[in-house]
Amino acid sequence: MTMLLSDSSTMLRRSLRRMRRYPSLTLFIAGIPVVLLLLFVYVFGGALGAGLGAGFGPPSDRQAYLAYLMPGILLLTVVSAAQGTAIAIAMDMSRGIVARFRTMAIAQASVLSGHVLGAVIQTVLASAVVVVVAVAIGFRPTTGPLSLLAAAALRLLVAFAVSWLSVALGMASDSVETASNLPMLLMLLLFLSSAFVPTATLPEPLRTFAEYQPVTPIVEALRALLFGAPLGTAGVVAVTWCLVIAAGGALWASRLYGRGPRPAR
Amino acid sequence: MTTRHDNHRAIEVRGLRKSYGSQVVLDSIDLDVAEGTVFALLGPNGAGKTTTIHILSTLIPADEGEVQVAGFDVGRQADEVRRVIALTGQVSAVDEQFTGEENLRLMADLHHLGREPGRRQVADLLERFDLTEAAGKPASTYSGGMRRRLDLAMTLVGHPRIIFLDEPTSGLDPRSRRVMWQVIRDLVTDGVTVFLTTQFLEEADRLASRVALLDRGRVVAEGTPAELKRLVPGGSIRLEFAEASDLDQAASTLGEGSRDEDGLALELPHDGGIHDLRAVLDRLDAASVPVEALSVRSADLDDVFLSFTERTEAPEVPAP
Repeated sequence: MTMLLSDSSTMLRRSLRRMRRYPSLTLFIAGIPVVLLLLFVYVFGGALGAGLGAGFGPPSDRQAYLAYLMPGILLLTVVSAAQGTAIAIAMDMSRGIVARFRTMAIAQASVLSGHVLGAVIQTVLASAVVVVVAVAIGFRPTTGPLSLLAAAALRLLVAFAVSWLSVALGMASDSVETASNLPMLLMLLLFLSSAFVPTATLPEPLRTFAEYQPVTPIVEALRALLFGAPLGTAGVVAVTWCLVIAAGGALWASRLYGRGPRPAR
Repeated sequence: MTTRHDNHRAIEVRGLRKSYGSQVVLDSIDLDVAEGTVFALLGPNGAGKTTTIHILSTLIPADEGEVQVAGFDVGRQADEVRRVIALTGQVSAVDEQFTGEENLRLMADLHHLGREPGRRQVADLLERFDLTEAAGKPASTYSGGMRRRLDLAMTLVGHPRIIFLDEPTSGLDPRSRRVMWQVIRDLVTDGVTVFLTTQFLEEADRLASRVALLDRGRVVAEGTPAELKRLVPGGSIRLEFAEASDLDQAASTLGEGSRDEDGLALELPHDGGIHDLRAVLDRLDAASVPVEALSVRSADLDDVFLSFTERTEAPEVPAP
C-alpha cells in the first residue's frame, strides 16, 4: 500500500512535470470550452435564451442562456481534458516506456492512477480558467456556498470518472491518432443531452435517449446546485453514473494493461 | 529471499510454448543461461526472439512450459523476478518529453532509492554513458546512439542482476555499436547476466559465451560461437567468365566448385582468407583462363539459417 502511494506520487509528478513543461496543452484544453462558451452565448445565446421560456434565470435572454449553458460548458472541459489524457496514455503505450514499467517491481496500478490524478488536476486547472471567463461575461450562480461546494465536488467526480474512461480509451486505441478522436464521442453525448437545449425540444427517439443517458442527469444536477432549480433524483442518478463509469473505466483500463504488449507484427 | 532452485543458473526454460490464435510463435523452447554470462538468441525477423524476451521479462504469459528467472517462476513469482531483472526493449523506453537526467531520476524514484543514493547513481550513470553534457536537454533532441545509451542507463538504475536486451544495436552506427558492446562486456565483468537478441552473427560472436539459433519458433542449434561456426559452411568465391569454354577450362583446372551454366559462373567454397583467394587466381593465371568478374561473399546469418533450416532435424552440439 505504501508502495502504491509512493509510486503513484512519482507517476503523478511525472504527469505534472509534463503539464508544466507543456502548458500549451492545458491552455488548449481550456481554450475549446472558452471558445464554445463565447460562441454559444454571443452568437446563439439571444435566440436560444428566448426559447428557454420565462422563469429561468436572469432577465435578459442572453444572460439566461449563459446560466443554462454553464453546466454543459463545465462538462465540455472534462471532454476536452479527456482527449489530452487519451493522447498522453496512447503515446506512453506506443513507446517502450510502459513495457519498462511493467517489468519493474513497482505498484503497477500507479502507472494508470498517475495519469488519472494528473488528468483530474489538469481538468481542475482548465475549469478554473473557464469559470473566470464565464464570471467575466456575467455568470453569477444564485445558490449558497454549500451548494457551490457540492457542484464543485460533483464536477470533480465527473472528471475522475471520465479520466478513467479516457485512460481506457487511450489504451484501447491502436494509434495516437485514434486516441485523439475517441473522446469526440463524449462530445456527441454532450450535444445529445440537456446541456445546450432543453430535452423537451427534441424529437422523439432522441428525446428519450437524451433523458436517459448519463450526461443529462449530471447537467441537471449541476444546474440545480448552481441555480437552485429542484434537484429531484438527478443528484443520486448523476453520482451513480459517475461511479459506474469510473469503475467500468478502471476495470477496462487495468484489463488492457494486464494484457501486455501486442504480438510483434 | 524465498526459495531459489539453483544458484548457478540465471535463466532456465523447459518446453516453452506460445501461440497467438492458430499461429505458433514458440514451439517448445529449452534454454539455459549461466549466471554472469552473455547469452545471445540469434534469429531472423519473426523467429520469436522478442516474444521469448517478453515472456522471460514477465511482460506476457507463456502458454506452456517451465520458465524460471533467477530461480523464480515468471508466472507465479513475477514480482520476485521483476526485482532482479531489467529490460531494454526494441522500442525506445525513453520519455522524450523529459531530459536525460529526469528520465533517470524517474527510474531512481521508482526503485525507491532515496534522495541521495538516487542522485549519486543518476550522476554515475550519466557519466558512465557519456551523457553528462546532454543531461539537461530533452531526450527528443538526442541522436539515436545517445537515446539508446540513455535507454540502457535507465535499465541499469537499481543494479539489476539479469538484463534483457532486445536487439540492442540494431539501427546504430558502427561506432555506437562498439560502445554498446563495451558496455555489455563491462556489465558481465561486474557479474551481471545478459540475455540479448540479435540478427547479427558477428554480434553474437563477439559478445556471447553461448548462442541459440531460433527459427520459426524453434531452437535449431545451440552452442558456443566456435561450435556453431564449425557447423556453418564458409563463404564463397564467384568467378564469372566470358565464354562457356573458359568456364569448362576453369572447372577442370580447379577441380571443384559448382557451375552456374546460365551465368557462366563458377562458385567455390571459401574460408574468407586472402591466401586461399590468391591461390585460386594464381592457378587460373597459370592455366591462362581469363576471368571476367570476381566476387567474394563471406559467411553470414543467411548461410547459417539456410544450412540449419534445410535440415529436418536440429543438429545437436555436444556440451563442452
